Amino acid sequence: MKGAEALLKALEREGVEVIFGHPGGAIMPTYDALYDSPIRHILVRHEQGGVHAATAYARASGKVGVVMATSGPGALNLVTGLADAMMDSTPVVAITGNVPRALIGTDAFQEADVTGVTMPITKHNYLVQDVNEIPRVVKEAFHIAATGRPGPVLIDIPKDVQLEEFTGSFDVVLDLPGYKPTLMGHPKQIERALDALEKAERPILMVGGGAQHAHAELLAFAEKTGLPVITTLMGLGAFPGNHPLWLGMPGMHGTVAANRAIHHADVILAIGLRFDDRVTGKVSRFAPHAHTIIHVDIDPAEIGKVVRTHIPIVGDSRLVLKELLKGAKPLRLAAWWRELEEWRTRYPLRFKPKPHLQSQEVIRAFHEATGGHAIVTTGVGQHQMFAAQFFPVTRPRSFLTSGGLGTMGVGLPFAIGAKIARPEELVLDFDGDGSFQMTLQELATVVKYKLDVKIVILNNGYLGMVRQWQDLFHAKRYSEVYLADSNPDFARLAEAYGIRGIKVERKEDLRKGVEAVLNADGPVVAEFKVYHEEGVFPMIPAGGAAEDMIIEHPAEREEVEA
Amino acid sequence: MRHVISVLVQDHPRVLNRITGLFARRGFNLESLAVGTTHIPGLSRICLVVSGDDHTLEQVEKQLNRLIEVLKVTDHAEPHVERELCLVKVHVAGVEERLAVKDIQEAFRARVVDVAQRSLILELTGDSKKVDSFIEALRPYGILEVMRTGAVAMSRGERTLKVREKKEAV
Ligand SMILES: Cc1cc2nc3c(=O)[nH]c(=O)nc-3n(C[C@H](O)[C@H](O)[C@H](O)COP(=O)(O)OP(=O)(O)OC[C@H]3O[C@@H](n4cnc5c(N)ncnc54)[C@H](O)[C@@H]3O)c2cc1C
Ligand SMILES: Cc1ncc(C[n+]2csc(CCOP(=O)(O)OP(=O)(O)O)c2C)c(N)n1
Ligand SMILES: [Mg+2]
Repeated sequence: MKGAEALLKALEREGVEVIFGHPGGAIMPTYDALYDSPIRHILVRHEQGGVHAATAYARASGKVGVVMATSGPGALNLVTGLADAMMDSTPVVAITGNVPRALIGTDAFQEADVTGVTMPITKHNYLVQDVNEIPRVVKEAFHIAATGRPGPVLIDIPKDVQLEEFTGSFDVVLDLPGYKPTLMGHPKQIERALDALEKAERPILMVGGGAQHAHAELLAFAEKTGLPVITTLMGLGAFPGNHPLWLGMPGMHGTVAANRAIHHADVILAIGLRFDDRVTGKVSRFAPHAHTIIHVDIDPAEIGKVVRTHIPIVGDSRLVLKELLKGAKPLRLAAWWRELEEWRTRYPLRFKPKPHLQSQEVIRAFHEATGGHAIVTTGVGQHQMFAAQFFPVTRPRSFLTSGGLGTMGVGLPFAIGAKIARPEELVLDFDGDGSFQMTLQELATVVKYKLDVKIVILNNGYLGMVRQWQDLFHAKRYSEVYLADSNPDFARLAEAYGIRGIKVERKEDLRKGVEAVLNADGPVVAEFKVYHEEGVFPMIPAGGAAEDMIIEHPAEREEVEA
Repeated sequence: MRHVISVLVQDHPRVLNRITGLFARRGFNLESLAVGTTHIPGLSRICLVVSGDDHTLEQVEKQLNRLIEVLKVTDHAEPHVERELCLVKVHVAGVEERLAVKDIQEAFRARVVDVAQRSLILELTGDSKKVDSFIEALRPYGILEVMRTGAVAMSRGERTLKVREKKEAV
């Protein structure tokens, strides 16, 4: 058996069913072995598409996503996607070929120092020097990627190692003395947390991406205590978006109710989130009335990193919630809820209707037509925030977006990965005209594997999010954000790939358009030509605080005092 | 505040890159670094001198612990021994200067490790402060070059950097 076969066998033993990838010289031995392997391979048109698809596959399924690429240019095309998976704590294993061992360091053809380049954007990485190490490295890589705080792991394998005769064993025991994630929360701290919640007058429960797998325990705990729940962008779906206890998303484009609740809260229980600056705004003004912050995170480094934590709980959110649930009591929060209810009803997410077709109403129409029952993916920009606001998902692992890195172009490859992970689900990509054009080559992948994904392009003819900042903070100097003069006809572009294209331009055609998308047999690219001057609101300007929240465009300004 | 941190690591390729890369990326201030193997095959020990406030130091420790190959991190807040090794080449023009330098050498318990016509190499071990003063004392005579290692440190008493201790990590 050659190293390449050993590699695939090791992957099989990890339960890998799908690899997203793109071949090339230095990984050819492994592609040759793949020819006889039961593992399914999805050929993407650009390695970036592959790593994003693997990321979405992981997030939608809870398994590890796998991507494969050749040395040099192939591996370097993974960089953005690895950084994206790292930022959003997603388990991905990337396998890259490299030049033969003897050529490493000689500037050989298609050589790049891939382990060096990816060191800061992977949880860990390996350069395999010995063919018999393959089983151990693969086992460790999957373990590291999937456990603790999940993240990407890269395995770089020189071509001659793939070709060498394997004489080792697959029975390897994990030996990672420096890696022992803490899973169980400290009982004393859990007791203190419950105590603080019981004494609180204005407690809130904030949850993030690290609680997606803990949705059942979270729901039970929230319902038992009656705590108001706030979910970050990465936490969307961890708690049902149609639940009466849900206040929405916090932060820059969060709801008034969520941000005010944080502002006035005396006790904050934060689970599986990292107090990103899009959530906190200016940290010194974040949650000024909170005398107790309880932070549950599996990564000790996140605790105390951004906000002062009074009750740290290092552990897995699901296991900690289980423990919390045991001691949970219904809390007396009637007065607090009256306030919350007032903010919620007074400031719902809304937008001023305009004569033009608007992004928000398009997304809302899809939400109504599907009952929110879909896996949503997005690009990055205004449309992403509108999707977060107007498509409140109700199930975990169903809102797949690039939060930490904010990578334009993930929408389509995310849809591909999600559809492959959960083929029975409706997969809707709400994309921007700018974002979509960053990875649109993956339409070919949609065709190749007959993936029934619905791509909804909210075409505002602009890099809308940047335009919004220019509008608000750069005196309307719209520098280099105009796309409409050179955007393709998206419907015809889709048709060139053999994908059904739909174009909706008028408000009155909205319903019909939505139905056409949802009723279409197979993939669709639907372009909705939307109003270009729309802004995402509410908005807390970067570095601001809840008190600085802008609820509507200054032209129609109505600021709230927090 | 200045902190001396000892890190026990698996001596895999690039482990030092991971550590220095981490410091660069997170903007931690690394004043000196020393690395060496230990009595246990496969394990190396790194000593870092870091400056920063309490919050930064907490992050330094936690971020180091996130590295898979890091087995143990200790901030030597407790009584510890700290040493640097320093070589100084000084210019000595005449007998008088030679004698003066010799006085300094004796006062600091340094050693002469190379003697040439117009220069001497002195070797000193001591903590950073002592090395600093040594260099200052020699400065008037014309220092030709200085090479000092990063500090190495060890806790006093029975306390050791234990390998088997379970670390909290991700
Ligand atoms: C244009 C744009 C605008 C944005 N605006 C907003 C906004 O208004 N509001 C908003 O919320 N976000 C916004 N974001 C997203 C934001 O940048 C962050 O990505 C997001 O807030 C992070 O969410 P999170 O803290 O839940 O974290 P994640 O990044 O998902 O972090 C997960 C945390 O959980 C921990 N964890 C992982 N696994 C476990 C486990 N098993 N048990 C316990 N803990 C675990 C991790 O250690 C980590 O600390 C925006 C992004 C973009 C691109
Ligand atoms: C790869 C990448 N480049 C640049 C940016 C900066 N950026 C953030 S949003 C945005 C505009 C996105 O435009 P579009 O996809 O059309 O979405 P819209 O805001 O118009 O809805 C840009 C350029 C980014 N997030 N990612
Ligand atoms: Mg746009």
